[in-house]
Amino acid sequence: MSSAAEQKNKRKRLQIRWHKQDTELTLLALPTTIWYILFCFLPMFGIIIAFKNFRISGGFFSNVFNSPWIGFKNFEFLFKSNDAWIIIRNTIGYNIIFIVLGIVLPVLFAIMIGLLHSRKASKVYQTMMFLPYFLSWVVISAVGWAFLSFDKGIVNQMLVSMGGDPINWYMEPAYWPFFLILLNVWKGLGYGMVIYLATITSLDSTYYEAAVMDGASIWQQTRYITLPMLKLVIVMLFILAVGRIFYTDFGLFYQVTRDSNSLFNVSTTIDVMVFKQLKSATVGMASAAAFVQSVLGCATILIANWIVRKIDPESAMM
Amino acid sequence: MATQIEYTTGLDKFNRTSNVVNVFFHLIFILLALICIIPVIVVLSISFSSEASIRESGYHLIPVAWSGEAYAYIANQGSMILRALGVSVLVTAVGTVLGVLLTTSMGYVLSRPSYKLRGFLTWVVFIPMIFNGGLVSSYFINTNLLGLKDSVWALILPLAVSSFNVIICKTFFKSTIPDGLIESAEMDGASQLRIFFFIILPISLPVLATIGLFLCFAYWNDWFQSMLYIDNQNLYSLQALLNSLMSNVDALAKNAASMGVSYAVLVATMPKESARMAVAILIVLPVAFAYPFFQKYFISGLTIGAVKG
Repeated sequence: MSSAAEQKNKRKRLQIRWHKQDTELTLLALPTTIWYILFCFLPMFGIIIAFKNFRISGGFFSNVFNSPWIGFKNFEFLFKSNDAWIIIRNTIGYNIIFIVLGIVLPVLFAIMIGLLHSRKASKVYQTMMFLPYFLSWVVISAVGWAFLSFDKGIVNQMLVSMGGDPINWYMEPAYWPFFLILLNVWKGLGYGMVIYLATITSLDSTYYEAAVMDGASIWQQTRYITLPMLKLVIVMLFILAVGRIFYTDFGLFYQVTRDSNSLFNVSTTIDVMVFKQLKSATVGMASAAAFVQSVLGCATILIANWIVRKIDPESAMM
Repeated sequence: MATQIEYTTGLDKFNRTSNVVNVFFHLIFILLALICIIPVIVVLSISFSSEASIRESGYHLIPVAWSGEAYAYIANQGSMILRALGVSVLVTAVGTVLGVLLTTSMGYVLSRPSYKLRGFLTWVVFIPMIFNGGLVSSYFINTNLLGLKDSVWALILPLAVSSFNVIICKTFFKSTIPDGLIESAEMDGASQLRIFFFIILPISLPVLATIGLFLCFAYWNDWFQSMLYIDNQNLYSLQALLNSLMSNVDALAKNAASMGVSYAVLVATMPKESARMAVAILIVLPVAFAYPFFQKYFISGLTIGAVKG
């Protein structure tokens, strides 16, 4: 046997054989693996309760195994209810608007802030605009209340001082799609801007030098250099957002609206509905809705990634 | 002078807009920045308003009548608020340490190219990113199987690990730790646990800071876990307390009333509105002061995560 083949064989054996290091690394990964089993994989298994007449009390496993199968009954209830259409419309409708605005506005402002002459001012603006990202929806709900409260709110005081009538904001669904979209943009703008700006500032300045040599205007530089270079990040964040099209920010729709019943038609999304049913202990429909959310969410992220890979293999995630 | 030079080099020299456009952009960003910090101003202002002025003329951007009574109340009678502050600090501290250990250990293991179970564990981390069991089954497993209802661990454990953070760690270890370093330690007979704790962690401060910050802010700002799992008011975090005060501002008096003062008297006299906003200040101020200093780590983590997803 040639020594090269021997060497190769030896290396192969080394790769296959289980080493002491492998045992140690497994030990090191064990706590996190247990965490994943308990908090991610057991719930995946628990998803079958959507097909069962699940009882709430008692041990989890005995309930899962002993509760009777009822097939698609829970799903029938869910989709036959009058609210199903409203809830699906809200979830997907808001998400489409959020995805579009969540790309267009941060990219626009990132490019604009990158063009400011003063780096220092740009840093200050960025820092200030990042603040909403760090505030919880509970705090934002409290701030919203300070503005929109009927008798004490800042907005109504302004309306009255200008001779108008105060508005009972939490009872008027007409305004809320606008408020919810505005708040969502407001909370995510600084965060999105920072991600795109990090990409812009990491671009090689020779591209711009060459463009200026050729007499390109600022607009042309943006259109033909900056935007194409941002494409990868935009596509990545787009896939991630589309994959979450059946999920909404529970805090935005539940906390900020103060769970007002008058706003049901414009503020109830799948997450809000699942939470409310869970709290009122009607598990059937909630588990069906959660199932639909998980399965469709998984399907959309895979499809979105597949489409991106067809168009531009380098931008795809998987 | 240094900044002057900086402006005329590199990208800036070529990428200049006209002065008119520049001023116009500045105006837009000043407006946006103000809109973004308005919540802090409003909350501060209300917390420093006197209760009587709020009752008479409502909330204002600048207090009509200044008063520190809300903070005096918290210092003297706000045992409920201080307790919630304690819960928030405890959960944030324990959660961050635990989360950093769980996340970095997994990230390190996944970054070792010769590890036999690497492929398997990569799937363990990846699958939850695209599929999850949903709220209902998580809720039942956490309450019925793990017994987390009304336990402080319900606030800590479910948030400890995220696949996003694990992948940031893996990417960091892969790109910054030289293989030779680990190999030579292995030659010297060091175990992997020893290598991880005494060699890898001490030279990985940037990623520890990034993950630590993500976790720190996530724990401090969390209210959803409390809403799901905590009914016992003694385990309320600041967020949970503010949440309950938003629906019932008189709840503050209940606790104080048990200390001897009558409930009715307290409800009538205590600075409810401003105390509620003072709770919001206890939440917001640490964040508002901390994040500008740590923004750098945040951004580096976010961009690694966004690009390498």
